[in-house]
Order: sequence, then structure tokens, then C-alpha cells
Amino acid sequence: MTITAPRPQAPRPQGGTLVDQFELGLDAPICLTWELTYACNLACAHCLSSSGTRDPRELTTEQCEAVIDELQRMQVFYVNIGGGEPTIRPDFWHLLQYAVDHQVGVKFSTNGVRLNPERARFLASTDYVDVQISLDGATAEVNDYVRGPGSYDTAILALKNLQEAGFKDAKISVVCTRENISQLDEFKAIADHYGATLRLTRLRPSGRGADVWDELHPLPEQQRELYDWLMANGEDVLTGDSFFHLAAFGEALPGLNLCGAGRVVCLIDPIGDVYACPFAIHDNFLAGNLLADGGFAEVWQTSELFQDLRAPQTSGACTKCEFFDSCRGGCMAAKFFTGLPMDGPDPECVQGYGESALAADRSIPAASQDHSRATPGRNQPVMLTLGKRPTDFTPPTSAPVSACAENPLAGFTP
Amino acid sequence: MSVTAPAPVLETAPDALPEAGVGVRLEDGWRLNPRVALRPEPFGALAYHFGNRRLSFLRRPELVTVVRALAAAPDVRTALRESGVPEEQFTAYVGALSTLAESDMIHPRKEGQR
Ligand code: SF4
Ligand code: SF4
Repeated sequence: MTITAPRPQAPRPQGGTLVDQFELGLDAPICLTWELTYACNLACAHCLSSSGTRDPRELTTEQCEAVIDELQRMQVFYVNIGGGEPTIRPDFWHLLQYAVDHQVGVKFSTNGVRLNPERARFLASTDYVDVQISLDGATAEVNDYVRGPGSYDTAILALKNLQEAGFKDAKISVVCTRENISQLDEFKAIADHYGATLRLTRLRPSGRGADVWDELHPLPEQQRELYDWLMANGEDVLTGDSFFHLAAFGEALPGLNLCGAGRVVCLIDPIGDVYACPFAIHDNFLAGNLLADGGFAEVWQTSELFQDLRAPQTSGACTKCEFFDSCRGGCMAAKFFTGLPMDGPDPECVQGYGESALAADRSIPAASQDHSRATPGRNQPVMLTLGKRPTDFTPPTSAPVSACAENPLAGFTP
Repeated sequence: MSVTAPAPVLETAPDALPEAGVGVRLEDGWRLNPRVALRPEPFGALAYHFGNRRLSFLRRPELVTVVRALAAAPDVRTALRESGVPEEQFTAYVGALSTLAESDMIHPRKEGQR
């Protein structure tokens, strides 16, 4: 999308809190995620980017270098690199070095597949590189249920390699689910054992996460358990500020309490599309493409979508809630992908307004892209084979086909 | 916000600060730490420390002007005057600079060093 003339803008108010200022947007993001590839060796059931296969339009090495050059000019001091599995791009290590050499620090997320002792030693020798290993269960049983067979062992081996190479303070990144909320202490023990820091984030119904959210998102009493745990252990644990909807239990959690989408947060996807947030890969949140629309800075600063997200928002029923100041209606992506209105409560609103909203009429938006493998791979988690969503979503005309339906025409709508 | 600064986020503003005097004095010379970059923002600037990877927010454009003026001025007092800060706000600004000093964003200057 190209904007010819900048929209007229009211002079920006000075002062106020930092959150007030962040809501109006910044000249460059603070928290930029860049997914280098949609290719992945795993096929996690809740993958936020529906990754699996490489997109043929993936940015080339030169194009990626140009993005890094631009980030350096914009003074984006660090970027969160993810995927897909970013380390399976052959030029991954080169791009890592290129970014660091251009004053763009890197934190990358990986399932650990390429973190052999040699890579671990290389990482230990670099400055400005942070590594985040994904682990969604403190036991193989719980982890492999969503991440696929063998993925627990891969992650643990990567942590061991990093530790033996002398890499300091790796991060263990956990998506909190119904299955693993009871394992928080065990996760902390694993992190302590490997000299790593635990990072807990929220499960959002994004990407393939939409297919499993109903089954996996923490139950109301588990939200409370998580909140209490964070209150007691929060100091040594990172959360990516992703649980601010829990603030409505009482005290706000440390960190920024706001949805940063398009304001301080955004995503560059493997083909250069710029989305408001890594959890909002959908046409509705697509701001532009950095190849087609004049570069990342241009998209960030002038896209119509981002201007709208930085304008004052209406918050409907939430404005009347006494916790609005800290919760602010929760996560935009969580509302969107569960079919709830943008100006209402979060589906996991801890005041209970989400449940009634979920029970009311709503239509779940169809995915606008999907890079999942068409045929299940050997690493596919078992639960996924039961729940893959067709790309063209049509509302069901009958009860959902049960997993054991053998009729070849099951689920077919002429 | 899903993914945030991996570094602890520090807020720095003159009005958010306690009594002046921690470290920074009007008569001393200071400068921006060479490992810190200032990124201009509508509310002031964002300061990033490449060593400890901390982010700080300078929440007033005037404070940014002062910080940038430090290196060229013989002392903090001159930097404040040249940046147009009224005398009665000096204490508050010295407080803000002290907070920046505590997070290693600015360094004291030795004799003759710019
Ligand atoms: S009503 Fe809205 S603001 Fe209040 S707790 Fe629920 S989601 Fe948050
Ligand atoms: S949409 Fe949700 S995940 Fe994205 S920035 Fe907003 S609150 Fe965070």
C-alpha cells in the first residue's frame, strides 16, 4: 500500500507517561521481530506463523543485508529473529554476523536443531547475540505433544551445548498452555540448571494456534495460578510483557502495559511483508511490503494501517472496567483471531467478560496465508493431524467431522 | 505487547527524580558514553547502551539537548545555560543527569578530555 500524501496529523502532545507516548507511535520500532523463513523442521501445533515450507519469494541474502542496513540507519538497536526455524537458512550465520557488525543486536529463537557444539562455541564468542530456545513442556511428554516427537531432546541438547561452550544466559522460551501451567516450577529448575533465564509468553490464537487455542489456552483458574506464580517469581523471569491482561487480577505486572502493535512493535515476514505484530499475520494487519513500498522506514512511518493503530482507539465496554488502565482491553490479535470485536474485552479477560463474549455469536476469520506442510512430516505432533484447518475456511454446515471419520468425502462441501 | 526490549526498561525524566546531587555536579565536565547511541523520538530520545544493552528514555527534548551539549561545554552548568534551561530547573536536570550517570549513559570527563 502506498500513501502519496501524509495524512494531516494533530500536533503530538508532549509529556504524559511513557505509555501515552508509546500509544502514539515511535519513529522506529523498539521491538521488531523478523522472521527469516517460513521453513521449519518441526510443525508445532500452535505455530503463530503457520510455518512449514519455505516461501519461494523469501528475501535473498542481499535483500536481507539491505534490510539490516536500513535498520542501522533507523537506529533499531536489536531485532528478534525467528521463523520458521531461522537457522535452517544457509545464510543464517552470515546474516547474524552482518547484523552484529552493523550495530543491530540479535536475539534469535530456535528449536535448537542446528545448535551443535561448534555453533554453540561460535555463539559464545559473539557479543550482542542472545539465543532463545523454545520449550513448551518441562517434560518430553508435555512438550512433544505440541512440538512433535524428539523436540524436547533437541531443545535440551541445545541448552547443554550452549552451557558447555560457555554461552551465558540463554533464554528458555515457554508458551503457557493448559498442559504446562502446572510445570512452572519445573521450567524454572531447568533454566537454573542450564544457567539460562526463563521466558514465559502467552498462547495466542494466531497461525495454527487458532486451531488448537480452544483446547490449549489456560483455563480461568490457571490464569490465576500463572498470575500468582509471576507475582512470586516475576523478578527472575521474562514475560515479553505479554500477560498484561492479567493485571485485572489486581496489581499490574512489571513491564509495559499496552498493546504495542504498529506503535512500538511490528513484524517483518520472510518475504518482506510488514505486519503490525508477529501474532497478527493476516491481511487485516498488513501494513505494506518493504520491497514494493519503498523500504521498511517508509512502511513503518507512513502506512495507513499503522497511522490508524497510533490514533486514539475506542475500547467499548472495557472503558468502564476499573482495570482498564492496566489491561487496556488486552491483546488485539487474541480478539481478532477468536472473532471478537476489537473494541471489547480480551477472550481471556480475567473479569470473565471474555467467556460471555466467546459464547455469543462470532465468526472466526479465515487465515489469509498458510505455509504448513501439506502432508504431515515425521516430526509432526500427533495432535495436529486431528486439527488442520482448510485454507479456505467455510463455516461448517454440519457437526465437525470426528477424527475417526473414514469417509473420503468427510468435510467436503460441494 | 508481545515481545519487548530484552533489556530492562528505565524511565528517565526530570520530574520523576529524587533530590539532585548523586554523582553529577554543576561544576564538573561530563559527556555521553561513547558506547551509547541516542535515537531521536517525538517525546525526546531513546538511549541505547551497547555495552549493557539497556534502554533508557529521555522524556524531554530539552534533556536531549543538554545531554548532547555536555561534551562541548566546560561543565554541566554551561551545558544547561547553552541549552536554554532556566536556572530554577537546574536541580531537576542535575537529578536527571545523575540517573543517566547511574545507568552508565554519561561519563565524567577527565581534565582536557572531550
Ligand atoms: S473488561 Fe476489558 S479492560 Fe477490564 S479486565 Fe476485561 S479485557 Fe481488561
Ligand atoms: S496484538 Fe497482542 S501480541 Fe501483538 S502487540 Fe498487541 S497485545 Fe501484543
